[in-house]
Amino acid sequence: MAALEEGFTLTAVPLGSGPDGPLGVEQSDKTDQFLVTDSGRTVILYKVSDQKPLGSWSVKQGQIITCPAVCNFQTGEYIVVHDNKVLRIWNNEDVNLDKVFKATLSAEVYRIHSIQGTEPLVLFKEGAIRGLEALLAEPQQKIETVISDEEVIKWTKFFMVFRHPVLIFITEKHGNYFAYVQKFNSRILSKYTLLLGQEEKSVTQSFSTSVHRKFISLMSLSSDGCVYETLIPIHPSDPEKNQRVVRSLLLKSVVSGNARSGVALTILDQDHVAVLGPPLSASKECLSIWNTKFQTLQTSKELPQGTSGQLWYHGENLFMLHGKFLTVIPYKCEVSSLAGALGKLKHSQDPDIHAMTHFVNWETSQGYELGSQNSEQSKRILRRRKIEVSVQPEVPPSTQLLAAVQKDSEKHIEVELRKFLAVQRTPDFHTIIGDVVIGLLGRYKAEPSFYPRNCLMQLIQTRVLSYSLCPGLMEFALEKTDVQILQLCLQQFPDIPESVTCACLKIFLSIGDDSLQETDINMESVSDYTATIQDGEIEEQTEILQNGFNPEEDNCENCAQELIEKPQAATEESTSCPVTGKRAALLNAILHSAYSETFLLPHLKDIPAQHITIMDWICLLLDANFTVVVMIPEAKRLLLSLYKFVKSQISICSELNKIEVSFRELQKLNQEKTNRELYSIEVLELF
Amino acid sequence: MGEFKVHRVRFFNYIPSGIRCVAYNNQTNRLAVSRTDGTVEIYNLSANYFQEKFFPGHESRATEALCWANGQRLFSAGLNGEIIEYDLQALNIKYAVDAFGGPIWSMAASPNGSQLLVGCEDGSVKLFQITPDKIQFERNFDRQKSRILSLSWHPAGTHIAAGSIDYISVFDVKSGSAIHKMLVDRQYMGVSKRKCIIWGVAFLSDGTVISVDSAGKVQFWDSATGTLVKNHLIANTDVQSIAISDQEDSFVVGTAEGTVFHFQLVSVTSNSSEKQWVRTKPFQHHTHDVRAVAHSPIALISGGTDTHLVIRPLMEKVEVKNYDAALRKITFPHRRLVSCAKKKQLLLFQFAHHLELWRLGSTVATGKNGDTLPLSKNADHLLHLKTKGPENIICSCISPCGSWIAYSTASRFFLYRLNYEHDNINLQRVSKMPAFLRSALQILFSEDSTKLFVASNQGSVHVIRLLEGSFKHLHTFQPQSGTVESMCLLAVSPDGNWLAASGTSAGVHVYNVKQLKLHCTVPAYNFPVTALAIAPNTNNLVIAHSDQQVFEYSIPDKQYTQWSRTIQKQGFHHLWLQRDTPITHISFHPKRPMHILLHDAYMFCIIDKSLPLPNDKTLLYNPLPPTNESDIIRRRTAHAFKISKKYKPLLFMDLLDERTLVAVERPLDDIIAQLPPPIKKKKFGT
Repeated sequence: MAALEEGFTLTAVPLGSGPDGPLGVEQSDKTDQFLVTDSGRTVILYKVSDQKPLGSWSVKQGQIITCPAVCNFQTGEYIVVHDNKVLRIWNNEDVNLDKVFKATLSAEVYRIHSIQGTEPLVLFKEGAIRGLEALLAEPQQKIETVISDEEVIKWTKFFMVFRHPVLIFITEKHGNYFAYVQKFNSRILSKYTLLLGQEEKSVTQSFSTSVHRKFISLMSLSSDGCVYETLIPIHPSDPEKNQRVVRSLLLKSVVSGNARSGVALTILDQDHVAVLGPPLSASKECLSIWNTKFQTLQTSKELPQGTSGQLWYHGENLFMLHGKFLTVIPYKCEVSSLAGALGKLKHSQDPDIHAMTHFVNWETSQGYELGSQNSEQSKRILRRRKIEVSVQPEVPPSTQLLAAVQKDSEKHIEVELRKFLAVQRTPDFHTIIGDVVIGLLGRYKAEPSFYPRNCLMQLIQTRVLSYSLCPGLMEFALEKTDVQILQLCLQQFPDIPESVTCACLKIFLSIGDDSLQETDINMESVSDYTATIQDGEIEEQTEILQNGFNPEEDNCENCAQELIEKPQAATEESTSCPVTGKRAALLNAILHSAYSETFLLPHLKDIPAQHITIMDWICLLLDANFTVVVMIPEAKRLLLSLYKFVKSQISICSELNKIEVSFRELQKLNQEKTNRELYSIEVLELF
Repeated sequence: MGEFKVHRVRFFNYIPSGIRCVAYNNQTNRLAVSRTDGTVEIYNLSANYFQEKFFPGHESRATEALCWANGQRLFSAGLNGEIIEYDLQALNIKYAVDAFGGPIWSMAASPNGSQLLVGCEDGSVKLFQITPDKIQFERNFDRQKSRILSLSWHPAGTHIAAGSIDYISVFDVKSGSAIHKMLVDRQYMGVSKRKCIIWGVAFLSDGTVISVDSAGKVQFWDSATGTLVKNHLIANTDVQSIAISDQEDSFVVGTAEGTVFHFQLVSVTSNSSEKQWVRTKPFQHHTHDVRAVAHSPIALISGGTDTHLVIRPLMEKVEVKNYDAALRKITFPHRRLVSCAKKKQLLLFQFAHHLELWRLGSTVATGKNGDTLPLSKNADHLLHLKTKGPENIICSCISPCGSWIAYSTASRFFLYRLNYEHDNINLQRVSKMPAFLRSALQILFSEDSTKLFVASNQGSVHVIRLLEGSFKHLHTFQPQSGTVESMCLLAVSPDGNWLAASGTSAGVHVYNVKQLKLHCTVPAYNFPVTALAIAPNTNNLVIAHSDQQVFEYSIPDKQYTQWSRTIQKQGFHHLWLQRDTPITHISFHPKRPMHILLHDAYMFCIIDKSLPLPNDKTLLYNPLPPTNESDIIRRRTAHAFKISKKYKPLLFMDLLDERTLVAVERPLDDIIAQLPPPIKKKKFGT
């Protein structure tokens, strides 16, 4: 649930800035430390949790900073541009900006971008882009003009897509908006024309982007107060051509339509956006968190002293101007998941993934125990290895395996994996397995030809994996339509999110029978069913007769099996069943997976109508698709038989009620007979 | 067999007293039960749970604690501050010792049986030395600030645990000082109750103390450190009693909701040596507070306010299917509380502190099987005779002519002469009873109402001749030298020549009343006698035992009759032997010497000795009425046992004349209606 926490003011004194507010708030190389650049002459480094400045640097009187200071994450230095063309680079020890490194460039800089994992980029006002290193090597180099005359850059963002840096900037010319996407692995600059759709007159006031699989999702907040989404492909089909992309309405009227200023938008995560602005025309400005999936307002906070229409989001903190003060409001959104409830949630934002132990390991509560066990373990492995292979480096098998995953051939990885699985399990076995899977997936992403299917199957069958431990695995299998891996995952993972379960279901329902025929699917759960199919209809009949209440058959597998069998019984006359054995096995895997109704329901709504009748997730599906189901012709028979069944049940109940009444009368008579006076004389005959 | 008019009597307003304590004796397999009116009963669990002895109650003697010591000795203590030892042979109180600590709430005998501890109202724990014929005060333990409600010895006898209000103390027996005081949480479902009363404690050999309290908790404490180890909240109401098995692998607790919970020490996982206490089985056999529980090696025993004594066998401990494998619910005493003057059609009901005399009604109508006949005269309540003094009545009897009533308490014997003048009754007490007639265990009048037989404790039987308004002591049959067993059952032959008397274990003695000497002794049998009677004409003595065996012994021939030998040879029907209440009364058809009438609490039976005996394949009891003429004849001649279960629970049944029976029923519903309402428990979610 998304929530805004109590905000706090970052600066004790008002920024020495004009009405425009600060130029920017950027992350430094240390967590919790941010560079705040005001629109005048000063850059201040703040430690947010302590609410105090760590350092402050100013340019000389007469100079003016034109581009917010950023941190070069590779060197830890700070970079700022003043007077459009003068680049300054310094670090924490420097006191006077006048005396630090200076480079005068040949063209005006729009923005310097710096994110972790890559070198900073300089975006010039004419649309050209340069890496910092290349620029510093030759500061006076000629900068080309990319965008046309009168075209002005309005907004820009730099981010990583599959470990490749991508820069997007939006320009405006006579009310038309254009998006430029520069990918640095291919050095291709793609240009898109953003079509506004019906609301031609509205002016876009704020942008934000996020990466969504193969698309960059560009969200824009228009002057009509609505949020629109534009999907820009990451891999354009024809990069040379100027393409057009249409925006679609995502959220309606999040801010008042006639708000002139102080409106801003930023994407927080997949489902949440933060919007700054007055919700109604008359009201004060607010910071609101919206859920785009459910179109609901999650929380909001009033900013009575007004704001500047600027909003930055860095590492769970929202920065904005409130009155004359820079305010920080921490934002938290805990994704509710089974893994979270079990305490097994993997912290995906942790960069140092390999060093982490994801589980609290109760078996080895003391560090030295773990160490000694490990060393003993590795010694034993080594001794065994010496017999198998003549020369072995002194490294634990896990490290060896992880190294192999990064570079070796598929075959070799399989061999290494088999070796690793053969030795006794160490306490951190599951984390290593998780890391191996992540390694394999990472490598697949880097080189799509690499498809370590066998290894993955083996790893899943170790039964130590969970969805949270290797979040990419099922997405990968979905992408590959690898139903076998999906089946295994569904059987083994305890914590699959409902969205993924539904995605699997969709694939299982839509995959062609001929392609299923070729796959090797575990048919154990429907073995009886396949047997009846093969043995013909007579046996099938007897099987159905036995489907009455049987107290022994109360385990889930049998129920599911029955559920699968029922549609078969219904279509018996037409002899063919819509569900083949293999598909039934896959559907069983879905039925056996854990789910929560609340979370499943919205995803079930995505299932197309023609798949619904064959499913016996009947209550939920009916809930989700009731109006559709009653309308489609395929459902008519089912509804009819349901109607008949319910009718007979009702008549049975009413008959039982009648019987009950007569029995009660009999009981009353009987009681009267026995419950007589304190004294009586009766006749008794003994036989 | 024929048709009978049955006087169905339900106006005997008998209410058993609630059970306060139970104490199980492992050595003799006997169970002592004390009731709220002070009565103490001894059940022989080896003899088909027969209530073989009882000590009458006393108004001022509310028993709060009961315990066995040294295997054979039974002590009780109560709110009058006295410790009482019972004489199990003479069936009277051996002595009473005042503990001088105010009302006594708890008592426990040391594991070796040499010491007795009592917990008193004033917070003192007093240690007594058990000497061969008495108990001797030894010393006080550190006095506590409130009453000691429960006590338990460590099996080694070195420490004791004492449950008080809000805390449990652990004492060192040697020094007598409290070494730990374990405070019990008063919280009850988040609400703080005023006080938390520790109703029971049990000390295990590993030092664990288990406590049960008024907040519904069963708690495990480590007595070495004085810390709480484990807590089970099992009830919304008080947990009032606890008993642990000798092996310390299982224990039982009883709650105020009538539920009994079984806890067992079970392995955490299979074939693991680590064990833990687990609540395994709940039993709901009671409607009211379970005030007392006991744990025999094979059964859980519980009793409480609802007056039932329930013996629930642990099926895993029962090896063969026998009496022990069945659930027992004992509600009524295993002795007669009703006597009957056949000629005058009078019934005398015995209550704890009074007697009631009723005259049966009459009818002129006739009818067929199952009919209720219109009454021409209803039953009359003739007399309500209150006892003097606080003692309960032990036994009572009305003479067959209806002119004499005799009853006895523990210290006094009363004889009354009744004169009937039309509808008025004139009651006259016969005064100046002889000194030896102080207390009687059984009273019997001869058939012609001229002789009174009184079985006193010490094993003697007095014979008294009754004259108009006075009496004369004729003779006293002294017990055989060496035996001190009291006679509890008497039977006299209709011709007045023979008197049979039986104790609880030794054989039945038959005296010749004319010659005033011992005629013979029927050989002792393994199971106690539950009822005795001598048949008219033949003078056959019919004896029923607690194992449901019935013997017929010819007094003139001094040997078992042929019929008795036959039935012993063939064996009784298995359903007959499986009955779980003893036969409490035997009588005979005045005109048909071949017929014997017997009854227990749930059936009555007329045995026709002329018919063949049933074997295990024949239907012993056919609940359905016969359908046609041939069926009637077939059934009439099928076998000797003619059984009816129409009247139950049956407290008394007798033949008034050859065609009239009287049956005294006491429906359980009528008893329940007079108990305090039980604690309401929510059923379902309402």
